Amino acid sequence: MKPSVRVRRVLTRAGVLAAFGLSTLSVAGAQAATAYITNEKDNTVSVIDLDKLEVVKTVKVGQRPRGIIMNADGTEIFVCTSDDNRITVLDAKTLEIKYHLPSGPDPELFILHPDGRTLYIANEDDNMVTVTDVIDKEIIDEIPVGVEPEGMGMTPGGEMLVNTSETTNMAHFIDTDSHEIVDNVLVDTRPRVSIFDKDGKRVWITSEVGGTLRVLDGESHELIKKIKFEIPGVNDEAIQPVGVRLTSDGKYGFVALGPANRIAVIDAKTLEIIKYILVGQRVWQLALTPDEKLLVSTNGVSNDVTVINVEKLKAIKSIKVGRFPWGIVIQP
Amino acid sequence: MPFRRNHTVLKDHLRMSFFRTDVPWPSLCTVLAAVFLGVFAFSTFRAELALAREDTLQEIEERKAWDEKRKKLREERRKKKGVQKKKDSPPAEKIRIAFLTQEVEVPPALSNLDPVLTDEGVHGARIAIEDNNTTGTFLNQDYILAEVTVPLGGDLVAAFKKLVAGGHRHVVINLPAADVLALADLAEASEVLIYNTSAPDDALRNEQCRANVLHTIPSRAMLADALAQFLVKKKWKEWFLVTGPGEGDRLFAEAIKRAADKFGADIEEEKVWDFTADIRRTASAEVPVFTQDVDYDVLIVADEPGEFGEYLIWRTWDPSLVAGTQGLVPTAWHRTHERWGAAQMQNRFRREAGRWMTSVGYAAWIAVRSVGEAVTRAKSTDFAKVKEFILGPEFSLAAYKGIKVTYRAWNGQLRERILLAAPRSLVSVSPQKEFLHPVSEVDTLGYDKPESKCGNPD
Repeated sequence: MKPSVRVRRVLTRAGVLAAFGLSTLSVAGAQAATAYITNEKDNTVSVIDLDKLEVVKTVKVGQRPRGIIMNADGTEIFVCTSDDNRITVLDAKTLEIKYHLPSGPDPELFILHPDGRTLYIANEDDNMVTVTDVIDKEIIDEIPVGVEPEGMGMTPGGEMLVNTSETTNMAHFIDTDSHEIVDNVLVDTRPRVSIFDKDGKRVWITSEVGGTLRVLDGESHELIKKIKFEIPGVNDEAIQPVGVRLTSDGKYGFVALGPANRIAVIDAKTLEIIKYILVGQRVWQLALTPDEKLLVSTNGVSNDVTVINVEKLKAIKSIKVGRFPWGIVIQP
Repeated sequence: MPFRRNHTVLKDHLRMSFFRTDVPWPSLCTVLAAVFLGVFAFSTFRAELALAREDTLQEIEERKAWDEKRKKLREERRKKKGVQKKKDSPPAEKIRIAFLTQEVEVPPALSNLDPVLTDEGVHGARIAIEDNNTTGTFLNQDYILAEVTVPLGGDLVAAFKKLVAGGHRHVVINLPAADVLALADLAEASEVLIYNTSAPDDALRNEQCRANVLHTIPSRAMLADALAQFLVKKKWKEWFLVTGPGEGDRLFAEAIKRAADKFGADIEEEKVWDFTADIRRTASAEVPVFTQDVDYDVLIVADEPGEFGEYLIWRTWDPSLVAGTQGLVPTAWHRTHERWGAAQMQNRFRREAGRWMTSVGYAAWIAVRSVGEAVTRAKSTDFAKVKEFILGPEFSLAAYKGIKVTYRAWNGQLRERILLAAPRSLVSVSPQKEFLHPVSEVDTLGYDKPESKCGNPD
């Protein structure tokens, strides 16, 4: 063989090997984000690999699973198994049920304090926020709130909890030291979700039947802006805001609009609506991947989740899960 | 080589691929199909079990006991924490709401399947007062419900006057139409709002309307329109109308006829059912003859007391469906309703009352909640301001029907979606989306503004 050919061949093979080596390294470095979705009517949790964009496992949990979160170090998954009146805890690796936590009746949504051990749970049919110690596995307090509590949000430092009650139409601000309500703010009809932004400077609250998003000042609780959504060709009554997620760079706020089948993209600085993204039917809850490149929504009536590219603000794919997907949490 | 058609037999082709010819394919496929269908049916049936979830009576009792236990623990914790009430907080503002009804004669029971209810409305009012008071705790307001049941033959007018004298400006009633008018026309009722939770009479929404009466129960016209929209949408437009001998039956039949006109259906035949023999024994003999020789799609029955309507289906001459006061029933509330958060309401009501919530209970809940919502949003307990807010454009109450409920300014009727329920499943919800309206689709049900014969000045 001619020397130049031999050299070329060696170089090509070296190049291929190098490329292969590098690619394996990068694959090993970037692990796929995994999404965990509760299927309210199937009593299961669907596990989705967000690289492959497909369901990799379906796990049986207790009855009527709704809210779902992960613990501080991502080793455990907490699920509100509402009709079992307790929290079911899964091992994040093996997805086996490890133990249960007491929660009071009908736990719907919850939030974990930055201390990693205090869990605040909204008891939907009991007008209560139950406080559970995750390590001691016992209830340490109950805070009476309005009727049908659901939304749970917390300041990044954990000093203030905000809970909304669907029938009382209020947002209750609760001091997490004293467990006392320090302020009650009337919002629009049937509030569902309330969250603080990552600086604790603003509170975003959706009202499902009122059809609005209210953004309040995080300290004074004064109304900064009330946003009503208008989608051409969609009946006003179908626009029912539920889930909210904010990007940590302060750029976007995403609001799920229920039976309007769309997610509103809001400029988090100016609070103007940028666009609407069409997803599946009756979109309720949202979650961002840790790198905030993807947004995933649960579409309760079409029994699927939609994955959205955040940079392009476009829906990439919808993936079928169980019946009535409700809550979602994403882990790296 | 001359062209030769290749008569290869299918069997030869199969031999070449992986389909073995010694396997009895037809029988195997049948077996596989049967297995597949069986698995599918089983999973669907099992799925049915997952969807239906109502608390049993035992679960209700257990939950009550658990609630008591937790309440005690809460009180102990409060004592330990040494929580003091703020000494300088002003006394809570009191808002008085009354629930007024009268005993009725219990009719002879045809069947003992369902109990005859004598306490309709009061449980809904109690739950709503609790809901109002939860808000009231945060706003330093105290809602107080006065419950008055006038005995059979008692003086209803005197009871009403006493309530008004006691400071009750919002009176929720479960009374027939004649009593609604008798109370509304009293001089004492001029600065009072009466909430009608049970009389469906269309006259009360038209010629007999009153400025001081709001209706939180649907009118017969709304129910008939809700049913008619569904039947017309299904293209089942030819109806056989069977009416009972009572006045309520006749009025519902009138509403059905109006709905047929409004939505384009035809009443092919109309008959009155006035047999007096025990229907449970005679239905199989009487009903086929009663219903033969009529060409129709659906049999609509108007039998408000429920004396014969359940005995028509399966006994008609033709295999026909039944709708109206039995069969597929248009109603404000039903035990099969669980969408839009209704599951929570159903369970709360069952814990409070020990039975399923009815439309009257739901109507009473809406009435008492309307007062609470108006007081909270209008930021005032002043009667005129509260009344203005309830009838105004800002009023919005979430009532487990997916959209807010509001009141029609022209006749005080609550606008709401109507459920179409079969005995064990919710079939549909009206207004059907095919029926459009320039303002609000719910106004396609009942008497819309231009149709209203109510001369109330707006």
